[in-house]
Amino acid sequence: MTDPIVAMRGIRKEFPGVVALDDVDFHIERGEIHALMGENGAGKSTLIKILTGMYRADAGEIRLDGGIVEPRSVFHMQSLGLSTIYQEINLVPNMSVCQNIALAREKTGPLRKIDWREARDRAGRALARLGLDIDVDKPLNRFSTAEQQMVAIARALSFDCKAVVMDEPTSSLNEGEIAALFALIRSLREGGMTFLFVSHKLREVFELCDSVTVLRDGGLVGRRPVGELDQYSLVSMMIGRDASEVVRARRSAGVATGARKICSLEGVRGGMRVRGLTFDIAEGEILGLAGLLGSGRTETLRMLFGADRPDAGVIRVDGVEAHFAMPRDAIRRHFAFCPEDRKVEGIMPSMSVADNIAVTSIRELSWKGIVSLPRKLALAREYIGKLNIKASSPLQPIRNMSGGNQQKAILARWLATRPRLLLLDEPTRGIDVGAKAEILDLVRRLAADGMSVLMVSSEWEELIQTCDRILVYRDGTNVASLEGDAMTEDAVIAAIAGGH
Amino acid sequence: MTRVLDLVRHRTARTAFFVAVLMLLAWIMYGEVFMNLFNIRNILRQTSMIGVISLGMTMVIVGGGIDLSVGALTALCSVAAAYLSVRGPVAAVAATLALGLVLGAVNGLLVAGLRIVPFIATLATMMTFRGVSYILTDIKSIPVPRAEKAFIAIGRGYVFQVPIPAVIFLAVLAVLYFFSASTRTGRQIFAIGDNEEAARMMGVNVPLVKIFTYVINGFLCAVAGIILAARLGAGQPIGAEGWEMNAIAAVLIGGTLLSGGVGSVTATFFGVLILGLISNIINLHGEINAFWQRIVTGLLLLGAVFMQWKPSSSRAGE
Amino acid sequence: MRTLQKEAPGRRAPEMLRDYGAFIVLFLILAVNALATPNFFRLGTAWNMLLQSFPIIIMSLGMAMVVATGGIDISVGSVMAIGSIIFAKLSLDAGWGILAASLAALAVTFCVGLFNGLLVGKFGFQPIVVTLVTMMVGRGAAAVINDGKIVTFYDSNLVDFGLYQVFGVVPIHIVLIAVAVIAVYLLVKETVFGVYLQAVGDNLRAARLVGVNAFLVILVVYAVNAFLAGFAAIFETARLASADAINLGRLVEMDCVAAVAVGGTPMRGGQVRIVSTLAGALTMQAITTMVNMNNIPYAYSLVIKSVIIVVALSVQKEK
Repeated sequence: MTDPIVAMRGIRKEFPGVVALDDVDFHIERGEIHALMGENGAGKSTLIKILTGMYRADAGEIRLDGGIVEPRSVFHMQSLGLSTIYQEINLVPNMSVCQNIALAREKTGPLRKIDWREARDRAGRALARLGLDIDVDKPLNRFSTAEQQMVAIARALSFDCKAVVMDEPTSSLNEGEIAALFALIRSLREGGMTFLFVSHKLREVFELCDSVTVLRDGGLVGRRPVGELDQYSLVSMMIGRDASEVVRARRSAGVATGARKICSLEGVRGGMRVRGLTFDIAEGEILGLAGLLGSGRTETLRMLFGADRPDAGVIRVDGVEAHFAMPRDAIRRHFAFCPEDRKVEGIMPSMSVADNIAVTSIRELSWKGIVSLPRKLALAREYIGKLNIKASSPLQPIRNMSGGNQQKAILARWLATRPRLLLLDEPTRGIDVGAKAEILDLVRRLAADGMSVLMVSSEWEELIQTCDRILVYRDGTNVASLEGDAMTEDAVIAAIAGGH
Repeated sequence: MTRVLDLVRHRTARTAFFVAVLMLLAWIMYGEVFMNLFNIRNILRQTSMIGVISLGMTMVIVGGGIDLSVGALTALCSVAAAYLSVRGPVAAVAATLALGLVLGAVNGLLVAGLRIVPFIATLATMMTFRGVSYILTDIKSIPVPRAEKAFIAIGRGYVFQVPIPAVIFLAVLAVLYFFSASTRTGRQIFAIGDNEEAARMMGVNVPLVKIFTYVINGFLCAVAGIILAARLGAGQPIGAEGWEMNAIAAVLIGGTLLSGGVGSVTATFFGVLILGLISNIINLHGEINAFWQRIVTGLLLLGAVFMQWKPSSSRAGE
Repeated sequence: MRTLQKEAPGRRAPEMLRDYGAFIVLFLILAVNALATPNFFRLGTAWNMLLQSFPIIIMSLGMAMVVATGGIDISVGSVMAIGSIIFAKLSLDAGWGILAASLAALAVTFCVGLFNGLLVGKFGFQPIVVTLVTMMVGRGAAAVINDGKIVTFYDSNLVDFGLYQVFGVVPIHIVLIAVAVIAVYLLVKETVFGVYLQAVGDNLRAARLVGVNAFLVILVVYAVNAFLAGFAAIFETARLASADAINLGRLVEMDCVAAVAVGGTPMRGGQVRIVSTLAGALTMQAITTMVNMNNIPYAYSLVIKSVIIVVALSVQKEK
């Protein structure tokens, strides 16, 4: 009974040129919710992948429920009782919920025919355990992200499962859905289930977890009960220096009253989510957009950038009505947009850092369509230096760099166009604490030089620390505007909940 | 019951179904009924070879792949069947089917084992299969001895007035329908085509299932090759050229998506039927140039593609 | 993560193979021939080889650009047939001059390419499907134009034009190959268009968000590819002194794709290798020439080519 459910000893893993994990010990007690934390590159995803059977360790032993195991594949570990829920929902979108839950483990009858009735019953039971009542015959892609996440959990639990590994399960859920998920995890823990919870969000760890293991630079920093820690001590463990130098004081300057409006929206509606927006952005202002996932924040940025078209309402730039049919129109007005998902909409993975930075201004670096290589490299070097991007050479392919450095390169790409309005969608998502601070600091300095910034973030603390003003969204309209000392988490929550 | 409707759930598949039915009705009303029943029999016989191949191609495409080698493999199998026909029909058929399985597995190993893009991998095997059948035969057709009546019957015979090739085609359709809708491996093919990474995570043996789709396809090419040799009374090293494109067209006209994960063998059946009817119309009207058949096929394919168009897909993001 | 000391500063073997694989293969083929094939290295053989590989080389350049956008074009063989038959009909039956007939044929093939580019770039259809449509309709249409009959040139000065030699020594084909390779190389490596081309292939959505007119890039690439096919078709028609809408350019798309793939351009797009593509195309032709000169049946060249494709792709594969 005192045996830990999962115990890893002396784990080592090398990739060509890099030691990802070096002699790491790790264990999870029965019936606890354990957090695994660390900055990007600390080795936590490698450790998870070794535990769940995606990678093989070069050295070390893994015990599951007391017995030594050699994880051969994800499926192998699942059949031994260790299920995994991934950040991106790894299910099959065009197949029905029932088939998704049953896939690869269906009971078969004569002629190896799948027993659909049994599969449907089992899916229904698994979902009922989570308190979810949905039509299991509908294709999965008809359901919301949160519901799909629940289906993934139902699938994991329908194995005879001893422990569940959750790798950033909340990154695409909204506050309400996260609360429901946490309630579910807690109730399953009461039933004796063990969880390993991986997250970048400190708040979630303090809210949910019993204990935490911290990794740094491929080595173990320590294992502590969450009760013994506060945010500062945890961050200090992760980054290896005192956290207070990272969490900076709030920007004091504010925007001069009567600053020129560079852009204004009036009754803008569009798509499924934006149902009437009216606000202005002043020169040099950092305006934050707070709201739940799906409240229309990203869509606002996309409309301002011409990536989506509004159905109604007026967007004015410098007081003149503007119609952006495509991003190029917005770029001509010196607008810039860093999208939420770096991999899908940001980087060009096999191109070099230099090309990724220069792609927005390549016309200016060329003469009659012929690109000047020296000027391109000079531009790349300038921004690699300015933004402290860690690249071995400007010609290094961008896909080999860390998330934080990729994000900086994308920011550099737009700064090279000398934008007047910078649209940032979740600029710090999935990047480590150090790079986060650098990026937010840079945003403040740019605004001090007169650039306007419109920033979406799900971390309200970050908005409060960075912005001059926060607009709160509810159901596709901006319902409140908070400034100065009125910017508090409580005020944001109150406005979102409608009690403002 | 919902499972029956699954057959034509997809919009394009439903359209292919209705187009096929309408064309069939028009055809029956068009002339004397008996003439046309005879004609339908003919259509089924003519399309059975390309039909069998298209059914195999459906499994490959649903699994996210493509197979350009089917024409060449069919030709090679027809040569093998003709060579072996002197040893009796059972031996000839069994050995040819085994050959198809093995060569299909070669395709699968190149794609899933060496992880070469399916288009290129099967392009290479297409050249190999064609080259080998030229080398074996010196580019001459290999006659099946007239005495081998049982073997020849596979291509020319009837069961209750239904041509044997058509019986084979419909039997393959039935088996594959059951396989793809109701067995574990069948469902796993759809899962891989839909989201390969997810399927891997969910415990599907991705390489094995992928190889299996090419094996099915190779087997069905052998079936088509046997029919080809039996019908024409000779193995055809230069036969079946360009069939890969016709098969792909039939699959897509039926409504299966080239991106994988969505489709069905029944949809392909209607696609094959439509192409067969068109070919038949054009053959019956000698004055219509036979090259029009390609034009019409291409335009139908274009129509099918437009059916699947979602206006949002042209925008920068959804 | 910590970097190990043992990481070599130079490039590792797999990368070398990826970058120079096509040249290694070409070199090996030439070396084998130097030993095994008599007269292989005579000037006449080399000229002949280049002359015969002219269409493949020219069209592989276009195909490499299409592949770099993440696409593929299997209609080029049919486009050749269209270009050839239009050229022949106009210059023989309609009595147009060779230049006028050429321009008309090029204009038509260019428009076919625009059609491909429109469907791929504007509507977002899959390139294989779109060009399969063009392949089928195009071949059918080319055949219908002259009822499937071959048009033969007997006495016109077309034959002279096909054999024209610059300064009386260098066949015009070789000059054109050189010009085309250099032009496409510069276009891809040194221009804004080249950067946009790779950006579109690497990440279409990101390219659109940084203001690249992806539709225009795709449109141009497919149009240029079809234009090059038309160009090759005119010279092939001149070389063969006939226009055969049914057989001209059959399966040539497969040779082009193979040349591009052996040249190390990844099929998923985002990168392009022009000089390697040239090596890939020459490899394909060198095999054919080798087989011909040794009186080996043509079929063996198919088998050898396919083995080279498989070997080249399995070594060049990125981890």
